[in-house]
Amino acid sequence: MHLNRVKNKTISLDNLRMNFQEIEPDLTPKEAVEESNRCLYCYDAPCIKACPTGINIPSFIKKIASGNLKGSARVIMEANPVGASCARVCPTEELCEGACVLNHASLPIMIGNLQRHATNWAIHNNEQLFKAGEKNGKRVAVIGGGPAGLSAARELARLGYEVTIFEAKEKAGGLDTYGIVSFRLPQEISLWEVEQIEKLGVNIQTNTKVGKDIQVRELIENFDAVILAAGMSKVPMLGIDGEEAEGVFDAIEFVEGTKTPPLDQQFIGKKIVVIGAGNTAIDAATCSVRLGAENVKMVYRRTEKEMTAYEFEYEFAKQDGVEFRWLTQPKRIIADKSGKVEALECVRMELGEPDASGRRRPVPVAGSEFIIEADAIVKAIGQTRYLSLIEELGLEHNNGIVKINTKTHQTSNPKVYAAGDVIFGDGQGEAMVVTAAQQGKLTAHAIHQQFTADKVTLESV
Amino acid sequence: MADLRVNFAGIQSPNPFWLASAPPTNSGYQVQRAFEAGWGGAVWKTLGEPILNVSSRFAGTHFNGQRVAGFNNIELITDRPLEENLKEIYETKKRFPNHAVIASLMVEPKQEKWHEIVKKVQAVGVDGFELNFGCPHGMAERGMGAASGQVPELVEKQTYWAKEAAEVPVIVKLTPNITDITATAYAAVQGGADAISMINTINSLAGVDIDSWKTIPNVAGKGAHGGYCGPAVKPIALNMVAECARHPELNVPISGIGGISNWQDTVEFMLMGAGCVQVCTAAMHHGFSIVEDMIDGLNNYLDGKGIAALDGLIGKSVHTYSDWGNLDLNYKVVARINNDVCINCNKCHIACEDTSHQCIDMLTAESGAAYLKVREEDCVGCNLCSIVCPVDGAIDMVEIPNGEPMTWNERQAAIKLPICHS
Repeated sequence: MHLNRVKNKTISLDNLRMNFQEIEPDLTPKEAVEESNRCLYCYDAPCIKACPTGINIPSFIKKIASGNLKGSARVIMEANPVGASCARVCPTEELCEGACVLNHASLPIMIGNLQRHATNWAIHNNEQLFKAGEKNGKRVAVIGGGPAGLSAARELARLGYEVTIFEAKEKAGGLDTYGIVSFRLPQEISLWEVEQIEKLGVNIQTNTKVGKDIQVRELIENFDAVILAAGMSKVPMLGIDGEEAEGVFDAIEFVEGTKTPPLDQQFIGKKIVVIGAGNTAIDAATCSVRLGAENVKMVYRRTEKEMTAYEFEYEFAKQDGVEFRWLTQPKRIIADKSGKVEALECVRMELGEPDASGRRRPVPVAGSEFIIEADAIVKAIGQTRYLSLIEELGLEHNNGIVKINTKTHQTSNPKVYAAGDVIFGDGQGEAMVVTAAQQGKLTAHAIHQQFTADKVTLESV
Repeated sequence: MADLRVNFAGIQSPNPFWLASAPPTNSGYQVQRAFEAGWGGAVWKTLGEPILNVSSRFAGTHFNGQRVAGFNNIELITDRPLEENLKEIYETKKRFPNHAVIASLMVEPKQEKWHEIVKKVQAVGVDGFELNFGCPHGMAERGMGAASGQVPELVEKQTYWAKEAAEVPVIVKLTPNITDITATAYAAVQGGADAISMINTINSLAGVDIDSWKTIPNVAGKGAHGGYCGPAVKPIALNMVAECARHPELNVPISGIGGISNWQDTVEFMLMGAGCVQVCTAAMHHGFSIVEDMIDGLNNYLDGKGIAALDGLIGKSVHTYSDWGNLDLNYKVVARINNDVCINCNKCHIACEDTSHQCIDMLTAESGAAYLKVREEDCVGCNLCSIVCPVDGAIDMVEIPNGEPMTWNERQAAIKLPICHS
């Protein structure tokens, strides 16, 4: 996201929907061509290497410059089946744009925006970019219709597999559909990616929770391979008093509530406190602002330096008027007589010796307790994992992080593969949409190799 | 402040920047606006028998998002009555007595026609004439413009006829649509031309619309070749100016025309022998005000070089322009990459690897940092890497000592020498 291109910074209290419209406008055709022409078309380009899905970025950019928008969109989506979403949610400063050689000479190319421009063209022109491969008779079940699952399904369908995705929610897309704030990623973008994949004949069974609506055993028995791509679950408990009070929200659910109309009117003019300082916490805070909250504070027990949110996310929250309370640890949620949140009791912290993660461990300052008034509290301190599902599948794991053979993408059960957030952690990559997409893609290719010992060759439409 | 005044074949002008005979000089209103903006002279849009024009007329060629890398037109000479033009020339000259007003002329290749128009136009007070022997479209089909400009005898004869009646200097404007422009330049000089100007536009078809499959531009679905000009033609024009400037029998001033867009282009043309320059496309692209930086930039350039007047510039590079056979075969340059400036786009590597001499290696330092290095022993000094390099200063072409100079001509002469048996 390029903050200097963000338009419409005012918040409407009359029409909350306005606040959730995509805030960074698409490049105009002229902007896109000018920007494309700035691209040097590097050889062995560092941006390609910096992209976890290895999109041939100079190629798609040159295609924009030449007026071949369809070809451009195809280059993007070929490498990344959720490339339209990634154009919006990728931390491009850390990836492709950060690697752009023009950082050393002028300004990096707006790769994310160009990617958005090309994929927008495909969306608006209703282009089906890929076709299913000739059926090979093999059936694969995918647990979870998020970026990893969709990506795997797309590749498998192109290779001729009959794929069924089991998705617990009403719509597929996972985090892209429900978890990314609408003003960054409108839901229809993610749903277009889902539709692209459905049109390849992938059967997406929504509202179907594995382990509840369909048994793990059935999947293992009825399919030739199973891919676990269930992602992550809810935000964990804080473990403090008052957590059950009315007005305490899980950040994931809180953001999800803003993805589908109607928008909740109850936060207009209210004070909201967000606990945590990661990217989800920022999302919760900026959503709070857009829901009309009068004051939004983020509390974090460490300092600005240790926060895990991307720099541009932090900047964006600051522009939104979000206040930050560093070195502040929540101690207790205070509710009124009716059980509604009234305030958050916190204690001031100071940084002590470095802990295992290398970050200085925050320690409470005795007697420094204080009260922050709050009408609502949003918890954004990470996500839990689908432990019971993993156990039901009988897979080896480490605190919910499923173990895989990084070559074959197989779990401890050779029939079961895993991709996405379920394998992230313990130094296995970073939990980004783009890495999940790559994991899904590679898993599909690994399955194909397992079955055919063939080199993966794919054709476009 | 350098002295930018020019005396071009006897035509005085406050600076060397003239508007070429073209749409910008179609009327008194336009020429007077140009003079107000700072242009030193204007060659009035070609006078002759008024013609009929078509719609549409112009086309631009755009390159990588940049508009008007080249420009194509099928407009003809003036479409206004001669009397109207003459009245406006008179008014313009009266208002701007110190600016150069040159009348471009084109009539049928008949003596009486040339006498008639020269006398008529001369009577209202112009500083000179420019004979349009170059317009490549429309008029050529009627035996005028390029059609007569491509035949040396016709150039000579018509120049002579114009000179018979002219009391002011006569410039002959030459067409580039010919194999050797020095041949027609020589004919013009033989006919008595006081100066020559070049180039007129180059035969061109600007493009084909890939949706409608019609020509660009098109007139009711049909197209015909036009004349090409603008930045893209500059190297062609510069060569023709230089070839004429170094020709031993062409000792008349040259007015340089063709893609001149700024003071830097002007300096180049003047170094290669142009005594003044004419501009059209750049003005059509941006308006008359561009002349301000042309004057300012040229002034600052001359001041920076300690040159007091344009005489110190004109023709100073002509002696460096020669034939290939006179180039030193032993001269050697090699590319050297400055890794501290290089941004590692690897464009030099792939250009050399795919299309030149495979001598730029992509290497990794002990630190893990990627860097590029030229194998100088394999480098032929072609310049390609430095041309495609997007960062100034990242690649230097460095001179390598390589023995005594020896040109091809010297070498051939040496080989043919009889062997001395002592």
